[in-house]
Formats: sequence, C-alpha cells, structure tokens
Amino acid sequence: MIQVHADDPITVRDLTMAYGSFVLQRDLNFAVKQGDIFIVMGGSGCGKSTLMRHLLGLNEPAQGEVFYRGESFTRAEPERREEMLRRIGVLYQSGALWSSMTLAENVSLPLGEFTDLAAAQQREVAALKLALVGLAGFEDYYPSQISGGMQKRAGLARAMALDPEILCIDEPSAGLDPISSRLLDELIVGLRDSLGTTFVIVTHELQSIFDIGSNSVFLDAETRTMTAMGPPKELRDRSDDPTVRRFLTRGEVVSV
Amino acid sequence: MDRISLSTTHTGIPTARPASLDVERSGDGTLVLRLGGDWLLRGGVPSAEAVEREFVSPPRVQRMTFDSSALGAWDTGLLTFLTSLRPLLEAHGFEVEREGLPEGVRALMALAEAVPEKSDARAEGIEHGVIERIGETTIEIGASLSEQLEFVGSATIAFGRMLIGRARYRRADLMLQIQQAGVEALPIVALVSFLLGLILAFVGAIQLQAFGAQVYVADLVGIAMARDMGALIAAIVMAGRSGGAYAAQLGSMNVNQEIDALQTTGVSPLEFLVLPRMTALFLMMPLLSLYAAAVGILGGAAVGTGMLDLSLTTYYQQTVAAVGVRDVLGGVLKGGTYGILIALAGCLRGMQSGRSASAVGDAATSAVVTAIVAIITAAGVYSAVFYVLGW
Repeated sequence: MIQVHADDPITVRDLTMAYGSFVLQRDLNFAVKQGDIFIVMGGSGCGKSTLMRHLLGLNEPAQGEVFYRGESFTRAEPERREEMLRRIGVLYQSGALWSSMTLAENVSLPLGEFTDLAAAQQREVAALKLALVGLAGFEDYYPSQISGGMQKRAGLARAMALDPEILCIDEPSAGLDPISSRLLDELIVGLRDSLGTTFVIVTHELQSIFDIGSNSVFLDAETRTMTAMGPPKELRDRSDDPTVRRFLTRGEVVSV
Repeated sequence: MDRISLSTTHTGIPTARPASLDVERSGDGTLVLRLGGDWLLRGGVPSAEAVEREFVSPPRVQRMTFDSSALGAWDTGLLTFLTSLRPLLEAHGFEVEREGLPEGVRALMALAEAVPEKSDARAEGIEHGVIERIGETTIEIGASLSEQLEFVGSATIAFGRMLIGRARYRRADLMLQIQQAGVEALPIVALVSFLLGLILAFVGAIQLQAFGAQVYVADLVGIAMARDMGALIAAIVMAGRSGGAYAAQLGSMNVNQEIDALQTTGVSPLEFLVLPRMTALFLMMPLLSLYAAAVGILGGAAVGTGMLDLSLTTYYQQTVAAVGVRDVLGGVLKGGTYGILIALAGCLRGMQSGRSASAVGDAATSAVVTAIVAIITAAGVYSAVFYVLGW
C-alpha cells in the first residue's frame, strides 16, 4: 500500500474502478509529485479517461481512495470537494466548452464564481488566457464558430482561468495537427516551469509522452491493473514488461 | 501487396466473370480448392457447402491448399468465404495452407486473425424467463423512481437557494428561457386553444340546442377553458415545445461533457441549467394558461355568434356571469403546477441521457411522454380535490 504524503498533489491508493460488476482496473497505487507532468497511458479502452473521471469525482471508486495533498477527496463532504476541485483545472477531450456562451464568457465563468474581480477585469483575464493559447481576438466567438483544435485550446484557457495547481488534460493531441500539438506540449512545459503547475495527462500519443512526460503509469487492458510506473523513456528502455515496451515502441520490440 | 485496395479492384471491369469453385481431392488426403473467375460481393460467391461435403466422405482429409491461378478480381466476398471455412478447419484440427492464395488475401486474413476474438465481448443472447423479466423490470422501476425522487429533491433545494439568492445561474439565461417559454409560445398556444374553444362550443351546441338552451354554450366554454382546458392545452403544447427541447439541450450538453465541465468547475448543473428553465416555465405557464383560456373563450364566441345567433354582448355577459374568480385562480394554479412538471420531466430526462445521438433522441421522446403523463395525472388529482373541497 502506498504512503500518502501531504506534499504530493495527488495520491491514488488501492483504487478499483468498476461499472456495475465489470471491473475496469483494480489495485491502482501511485503518487503524482509536485511539478510532474504525469502521463496516464495504456491501450484503447483500458480505463485511462475513467481514471481521470475518478480523480475529479465524476465517478465514485468501487474501492480505494484519491488524496489531494494528503487529504482524502473520496471521503470529503461535497462542500469540501468543491473547494478541492477549485485547485484543479480540467481540459476535456472535446474541449467541452459551454455552447451557449462566448469564449470570453466561458473563461470568465469560473472567475465570476470564485473571485471578486469586476466584470471588466474578468474580461481582461479571459482575454489574456485566450491570448496564451493563441486565440487573441476570438473573445466574442461562440464555440460552434471555431474549429475543433481552437475549441480545444479555448478549453485549456478555461481550465487555466483560476491558475490551478493541477491541470488534468484528456487526450491533448486528439484532433490537433502536428504543429498545434507540438505548441500545446510546449505550452504545458512552459506552464509547469513558470507557474509550477502539476499536470496529469491522459494520452497515448508517444511523441508527446516522451517529449514532456516526467513520470507515468501504464494501465494494462488485459490484466486490468497498472503494470508499470516511471519516467516514460526509462520504461521504454528498461521495463521488463513486454506489453509496456511494445506499447512504447509502437510494437517494434516483441520480446525482451 | 497486389489488389489490396478492395473497392478499386473491380472498377473498370464492366462484366464480372462468375466465381467458380472446384474442389479436387488427391490420393494422399489433400484437398485442393481451385478458385476461378471474379470473387466479388456484388456478383455473389460460392458457399462453403461443397467443401464441407468433402470432409464428410472418406478418406479423411489431411490438409487443404488453394490454387488461385484462374482467380480474377476479388474483394471482401473472397475473404468472407475464407472466414466461413475456419470453424470447419478448427473442428477437424488442422491449419489451412494459404500459400496458393494471392499475397493481398493472405495479408488481410493475417490482419483479421491478428487479434483473437474477445470471448466475453459478444452481446449476451440469453433468453430470460417471464418471471425473471418481471423481476428485472420491477427493480428498474424502483431504481428510476428513487432517481426521480432524488432529482425532485435536489431541484427543490436549488429552488430554495435561488429564493435566498445563493443559487449560481446567469440572469441572461433565465431571461432567454422566459422569452422562449413565454412570448415565443404565444402563436401556437393561441391557435390550439382557439380551436379547442371552437370544438367545445360545437359539442355543447348540439346538445344544448335540443333544449333551446344554446346561450349556455358560453357557460360551458367559459368554465371549461378557465378551470381546466386552458391550462391543460397550454401544458400539452409546452410539453412538446419546451419539455422536448430541454431534454435535447441538456442531453447534447451531456454528450459534449459540458455538464461534467460545470461540475468540475464547481458550478452545480442543477442550479446553472435546470433552475432557469424550471423558473421560466413556472412563471410563464400561469400566464399562458390565462391566455389560452381567453383565446379559447374567443373560439367559443365565434361559434356562438356565427352559428347560434347569439349576439357578442349576450355571449360576453353570459361568460362573465358564469366564470368566477375561483375558476380563473384554479386555472392559474394548475398552469403553474404543470409548468414545474414539464420542466422537471424535460431536465430529468436530459440529465439522465446517454452519450450518443440516439440517446439524446430517446431522452427528448421520453421527456415529452413523462411530462404528458404527469400533467394528466395532476389534472385528475386537482379535479378530484377541487370536487371534494367544493371549489
């Protein structure tokens, strides 16, 4: 069983995820350290995105607990959970922008809820966040008026609105062209270096796993548990699990 | 990799030669399948039966090979034929030798067999007995009832928070919902309730004329529209118009993870999305009920003056004398109730919606059905209670 430390942003202890009687993953134990770019990887359907939903309280664990800075999130009261979630920003796979609001309104909604900023200041912050993701000038567009990649970046701007300690990103490069995807990776590293943000990234994009990942966990779809943990490059070169190495080398290494 | 692009292999060949299959057997138990002609889906391909027959008759088949020297174009038709041989080969326990097949076919078959079939992935085809199904349905009904109760409870709490000014929602959203459920619904509500007034008047006129009491058509239409029908018809129109729309809106927001995003931002979807819709209908439905009643009475007046030779003044005076304040207030109360029911049904089904296009459609359908059932039930309860109380 993993030791829970108060300075670790996220600790997952003995987590079992299930839909009804169907167990998706069992016995997950890992800690995300301060300033990590933590990659959750694994084949399609292994439960990567579901793990993220568990971290955010959108799904309840069948067993086990999630801790933020040493404090149990799973056992917290709803009000406390809400406070804990306020330190976390989330970028969903499709962006999940609120379709009835403009980009500026999307970004400033959390500001309006949780800060005392005046409307004009909120708008300035929103414009700044949108500029950070390369969307300056798009403040008054509705999500349906911009492309999928732009929606994704706007989603990141919204996730960053409150300068969260932790940013969870589901499939950052899905639907992005190689250059935008690279820019997003650079943005992630930049945010980590400048603001000290900790990242949890669900992805199976090898290029970005090796480029930015400082630590990772591998969820195996077959055995339904985590089979490896460590920096991705190290896992690729030294893991003794053939499935992990096959995954990290696009199937080029068949045996160890 | 010859002919690997399936769809293009046969373009440009206007007439396909029919596919042929010769099964030849040599002395040492080798079965040779000679494939000839074009094995294309659209032209039809031979069945595996001829091969199966060979396995039944002695001597025993030891191995199977292919000769495709006479094979023309091919597509998925050939691949399905090869796949259909597999159970046969597995039953007899030997591997097929595919060297005689074109390279493209071998590559595709290897690809199809690369990942073994997931044994627990196929949908279960187990038939359940009647008793089992009754039990399952009962459990489902119980679960959905408790879900509905929970939703109603949370919505009530959200409403309470709004009253003390602590709910988080956007005023602009509320105004937009009020506009959509109010002004924009006026034309359709007017049309339907005018016609309903007309129908009620005709039904009454036929009966009352027999007694020379046609002036009481005004009483009939007035009381019916003010007490019950105005609210009911407005509610049914709004159930289709707004209830279905709410379910579709919230359902597609669910598909797009917008509701998840609200939750993780710390904004209650119930307050942010459901509250404005519920409030809008709760405020607008009583007004729409009054409006529907008034327009319905106009419809009655059209019949009264046009067909029954009553003067407009007579009809007006008769109506004013018949319809009391209590009738009107009853209609308003019912309208408000129906409004809440429609909003609850629409929002509940939308929030429960699955994450696919067809699930959103189901949610919209189910919202309208739930709303109409709830409205009619409430109307029945109100009628009984009002009767007992003598109102």
